Amino acid sequence: MLHFYSYGFRAAVMSIVGLLCVATAAAQDVPPPAAPDLLSDLERQTTDTLRRETVQATFKGTRIINGHSVETPGAGTLIFLISHRFGTLNSGAYNFFGLDQATIRLGLEYGLNDRLTVGVGRSSLEKTYDGFLKYRALRQTSGARPMPVSITLFASSAINTLRYTDGVDYTLPRRLTYTYQAMIARKFSPNLSVQLSPTVVHRNLVDTRQMHNDVVALGVAGRQKLSKRTALMLEYYYRLPTSEDPGTRNAIAAGFDIETGGHVFQLHVTNSQGMIEKHFMTQTYGNFFDGDIYFGFNVARNFTLKPRL
Amino acid sequence: MTLLVHRMRASAWLLLLSLLLLAAGARAQSRYMTREGVVTFFSSSPVEDIEARSQQTAAILDLQTRQLAFTIPVKSFQFKRTLMQEHFNENYLESDRYPKATFTGKLTAVDAEALRNGGPQKVTAEGDLTIHGVTRHVQVPGTLELQNGRLVVHATFPVAPADYKIEIPALVRDHIAKIVSVRVAMSCETAGLPAAARP
Repeated sequence: MLHFYSYGFRAAVMSIVGLLCVATAAAQDVPPPAAPDLLSDLERQTTDTLRRETVQATFKGTRIINGHSVETPGAGTLIFLISHRFGTLNSGAYNFFGLDQATIRLGLEYGLNDRLTVGVGRSSLEKTYDGFLKYRALRQTSGARPMPVSITLFASSAINTLRYTDGVDYTLPRRLTYTYQAMIARKFSPNLSVQLSPTVVHRNLVDTRQMHNDVVALGVAGRQKLSKRTALMLEYYYRLPTSEDPGTRNAIAAGFDIETGGHVFQLHVTNSQGMIEKHFMTQTYGNFFDGDIYFGFNVARNFTLKPRL
Repeated sequence: MTLLVHRMRASAWLLLLSLLLLAAGARAQSRYMTREGVVTFFSSSPVEDIEARSQQTAAILDLQTRQLAFTIPVKSFQFKRTLMQEHFNENYLESDRYPKATFTGKLTAVDAEALRNGGPQKVTAEGDLTIHGVTRHVQVPGTLELQNGRLVVHATFPVAPADYKIEIPALVRDHIAKIVSVRVAMSCETAGLPAAARP
């Protein structure tokens, strides 16, 4: 019996010791941790290094200069795009260094969702109508197992609606041109973005036997931001030697983007008069370094047709 | 006899264990946490109204120590217009450089008894608000309320973009309010374990 009591006593002692332990443990907790500790606790719990984040704004607009960029308008956004090229700089004072002349393209593009865009346009050059679909297949991400590049796929067709008087029967298929393009872009830093655009332009009808129905080109373009709202743009479309037509040149362009509230103003100089793939990839005749330079601009105005909130 | 002794020993350990658990429980109950807090802000100007919402605000409130901390991923703000969202991240908040906005501070007074009895309670949080890499000492009025074991927090306070070196170009100066109204609404659950113990 005594034995039993002694154990009972020990149990009681142990529970008291236990209580004390708890009390001291609790007491140690009483001095409040400094506020930054709570924040760092929170940061530790919420900073999820595994979370993948989409890289935004690789380029400012849906165009780099002449060609498309990987960007698409978001879901429910309509862009009204005015693209304009004056005449060549070397056309002399009589033509006011090109400003007397104008080539224009008016375009609309609408984001059906965040990935798929549909667009239409009308160029004064060859009175061309064009329509396109653009699909964001992959988006560059950061975080764990990041996707290194964004990829956008592009398909368009263009129809020349000029009235010809040369006696040739320009049927509808003969007037059509198709473009297929993959745009692969990477935003290396908040300031530097680079894009590669392998492209095929298929023309149903070409003027001479020496010309190619299929023109294969690789576009190289880059953006370097100069400030928060301005950027320097460069673009070059290199055609494979096997698809160069006599008398034509590779399209080269340099531009300066200025961003304001709802607009992006893009000012540029290029040796190409046209502003759609068919025109600048297969019908560029100007020699940039001889002064066949077209000064031009793109202005994009965004309209939100379906607000997101 | 020995069996009885063993039982007694076991009960002593059980007592100890339950006491430990109780202590942990008591501590956990004072801490509330969420990762899905809603923060909205409004900018009202004669030209246009701008509104954005984030539903990824994380917060910890400790009623015992009256400490609290918030952290908001700046990129989580959703705007009506995609272009606004892009400008917000790229030009104004520079979220690549400053990915988070934080608040850390202390509640001036909490009447725990009244809180348990129900009904909203007016409180003031005082502490450091960091936006765009700039930290300022602010006082934020708000309310706390316990609803079914969750701590519901509401607060509305003004933020002047200029105070946080958020530079607005002349061209759109009329579009963005000098003082933006920020609204916080969240429902925090009890943090099951002390935050530091989580992996």
